[in-house]
Amino acid sequence: MNEKAIEHAHRIGGVVLALEGVSLAFGGVKALSDVSFDVREHEVRAIIGPNGAGKSSMLNVINGVYHPQQGTIRYLGREYHDMDPHEVAMSGISRTFQNLALFKGMSVLDNIMSGRNLKMHSNILLQALRIGPALREEIEHREVVEGIIDFLEIQAYRKTQVGRLPYGLQKRVDLARALAMEPRILLLDEPMAGMNMEEKQDMCRFILDVNDEFGTTIVLIEHDMSVVMDISDRVLVLDYGKKIGDGTPDEVRANQAVIEAYLGVSH
Amino acid sequence: MFYRENGQFKSNYASDQQMLPILQDRVFMGLLLVFAFGAVPLFVSDYVFLSLLIPFLILTLAAIGLNILVGYCGQISIGHAAFMSVGAYAAYNLALRLPQLNFLVVLVLAGLIAAAVGILFGIPSLRIKGLYLAVATLAAQFFTDWLFARVKWFTNYSSSGSVSTAPIELFGWKVDSPAEKYLFLLGVLVVFTVVAKNLVRGHIGRAWMSMRDMDVAAEVIGIRPVYAKLTAFAVSSFYVGVAGALWGFVYLGAWEPLAFNLSLSLNLLFMIIIGGMGSLLGSYFGAAFIVALPILLDQVPNWLGVEMSTALASHLASMIFGSLIVFFLIVEPHGLARLWAIGKEKLRLWPFPH
Amino acid sequence: MSKHWPVLTLGAVLLVGLVLPIATGASPPGFYVEVLLGGLMAGVLYSLVALGFALIFKASGVFNFAQGSMVLFAALAVARLGEQMPLWVAMLLAMVIMVALAWLIERLVLRPLVNQEGVALLMATLGVTYFLDGFGQTLWGSGIYKIDLGIAKEPVMILDQVFQGGILVNKEDFVAALVAAGLVASLVLFFQKTSTGRALRAVADDHQAAQSIGIPLNYIWVIVWSVAGFVALVAGVIWGSQLGVQFSLSQVALKALPVVILGGFTSIAGAIVGGLIIGVGEKMAEVFLGPVMVKVFDLAGGGIENWFAYVLALLFLLVRPEGLFGEKNIDRV
Repeated sequence: MNEKAIEHAHRIGGVVLALEGVSLAFGGVKALSDVSFDVREHEVRAIIGPNGAGKSSMLNVINGVYHPQQGTIRYLGREYHDMDPHEVAMSGISRTFQNLALFKGMSVLDNIMSGRNLKMHSNILLQALRIGPALREEIEHREVVEGIIDFLEIQAYRKTQVGRLPYGLQKRVDLARALAMEPRILLLDEPMAGMNMEEKQDMCRFILDVNDEFGTTIVLIEHDMSVVMDISDRVLVLDYGKKIGDGTPDEVRANQAVIEAYLGVSH
Repeated sequence: MFYRENGQFKSNYASDQQMLPILQDRVFMGLLLVFAFGAVPLFVSDYVFLSLLIPFLILTLAAIGLNILVGYCGQISIGHAAFMSVGAYAAYNLALRLPQLNFLVVLVLAGLIAAAVGILFGIPSLRIKGLYLAVATLAAQFFTDWLFARVKWFTNYSSSGSVSTAPIELFGWKVDSPAEKYLFLLGVLVVFTVVAKNLVRGHIGRAWMSMRDMDVAAEVIGIRPVYAKLTAFAVSSFYVGVAGALWGFVYLGAWEPLAFNLSLSLNLLFMIIIGGMGSLLGSYFGAAFIVALPILLDQVPNWLGVEMSTALASHLASMIFGSLIVFFLIVEPHGLARLWAIGKEKLRLWPFPH
Repeated sequence: MSKHWPVLTLGAVLLVGLVLPIATGASPPGFYVEVLLGGLMAGVLYSLVALGFALIFKASGVFNFAQGSMVLFAALAVARLGEQMPLWVAMLLAMVIMVALAWLIERLVLRPLVNQEGVALLMATLGVTYFLDGFGQTLWGSGIYKIDLGIAKEPVMILDQVFQGGILVNKEDFVAALVAAGLVASLVLFFQKTSTGRALRAVADDHQAAQSIGIPLNYIWVIVWSVAGFVALVAGVIWGSQLGVQFSLSQVALKALPVVILGGFTSIAGAIVGGLIIGVGEKMAEVFLGPVMVKVFDLAGGGIENWFAYVLALLFLLVRPEGLFGEKNIDRV
């Protein structure tokens, strides 16, 4: 374990994603105020905080679902602003969702295949006839998807309509769909919420394996502190839309502001 | 006992991705096609062709078109007859002004023109959702109603505003008798069904369905809403436009203004609700149902020896449609196609259900 | 400011269109005011029907396509019952029928579909539309019938001191517009001032929260559907008297849809202002734009009023999807 941790630490590279002075408001309500933080290549970066702290808003800002009123986002050295979600996706950032956002009416296979859509380019006519490149494309991408299905151990449910699966498996399909995009950065919004102990352990293992085997940078929001402290390299703490702590798990654990926010000590 | 996939192993992805992966389904489909093309023309009467089979085939095509938009892409339209009328009048004017064109070319061009108009009225779908879109499509309905009734050029300055067409001719084959019309339409429908099936199981189909099921998530995983929604509008209007052209040329022959009115739009919508949204098979079921029920209602009193006026029969049909819509929405939102699937599932396990 | 240019452009175009006939001298002032007034009087009725529509949408999220058929059904009932009995009795009886109908729709159609998506609910009301159209014509007949309110239909000349030639106003239309305006005002008061109105607004804000503080949802739904039935009755009687009771009434009433789009779906003020805008815009377009278009495009007659409201709503959707008074939606994931 210790050895593995050292090996892992060696792989962590430079900053790939940096947010500076990001503020986001809906009408008069401030969701994020002046938050800055960065993510380094190959690291597991956690964002924690009480409910309503602005964690999901943070992911939505990175994703391009929300456009912040102030601040800059720098990804691979380039600044982006007002990028649409699909453009962000194209640039290599993928995402899972807190409240399952799977395509309910589609099979597990189709859900994961849809994660490959941004890599599929055959035109509508070839698809209509399903000949040549269109057919080859379907089969090539199916092979990649089958690899992910094996990796996440969901072979038995391939053709099942996703809405009929139990919650824990749906979470896994959500992860599979995000992985199908072969992302450089993977954002996970409470990947273990509502899971039992065993499912959580499985999910932890998958996340660490993704990080190790594919070298994917991971940003995750999680409520289970023991999980966060175990698997993350650095932790960002938000409260009421403000950054109150940032550092290694040990540093954050010792941070007075964080302790107060979590224990509810009055200011 | 006879219908199951046991022992049919797929050793590569290509065979697993076939249109009909189960052997029995392929055999059944083959027999059905042989029956429809070979046997039906031998024993069916002209009346059945004209009042049942021909409208059924054309409306199925239109229902597939609407289903692509509503059932697969989740964008509601209650004005789809508008695109039928665009297809019909486009074909009329093309055939009139460019008489040397082959009818198949006319058909495709009419579909493309309808697709262009469909994209135009689909643009609001990029900014608005669901219920709002209903009103945008109503605008298409009422605007085209007016356009083709009032702008004389479209009807070649005919004094009554109605138009009539000559029988179609294909490579020297004059499609004139009811049986010939049926064969021609059946051929068109088979081709269009295969194409639709290919589209909905390709990546464009996944993009459509992802818009339907969860549009925000779809965008986050890299699906462009503009592309997904507008292609759905285009393909849907293309299908419906071709159906409109066939409705005018093959079924009606001549038609008056307002032949493609709101109630035709609603009928199309009812077909896919009753038949099954997001199912090509459902489009067949729904169209069959909507075509057959009024005829049945007209006939039943005769068989029973009861007097019933045509008006009353049509009012009753409308009451039954209305009740069935509500019934299906409450009890089986996936329509007749789902009932069919359940039946097939039962058959697969029969006679040992455990 | 630059973000608002599409809205501002559309507004400017509409405003120019509104003043152009009088500014260019194409229309004498008296006639212009006459058209304007006619548009406003028609618009009040649209407002009334739109209000019934907006209330149902606010309280239950149902996009009630059947509103038009309810108007037709009510008009048919009054016309046919009126042949047998005094008009006021027929109207009372029709009122009872409409409330019963509203209750049945709520019970049999919408309650089983509670928590379904908006589109499914819309489709259900399409089913109701077909059922009501068939049922109404089976029950009451499918001919053209008359409702006679006993008010003179002859135009009356007013303001002949102000404008040369005066302006002509149909007395019945005028009374109808006043009645409709009075009803709109009393509905607004009802929902602002009474406890039922407050309960309804609470339900509109948050179904679950309203239920948890003891507001009976079903009761509120029956109330709004009954109000919609009542509104349909009034509109049916007025339109029935003006245009004759016939199938096309349901399409006139369908114009409530573009009205609520224009005004903003859930907004009471929006329904009222939207109705007036559509009423005036449509009349102006028909009278002043129609003849120009007929000439320029060589049309076989005008009839732009059949689509004007819808296309206007469509343009509004493009530049300002939330309507004039609606709230902006924020997607959450």
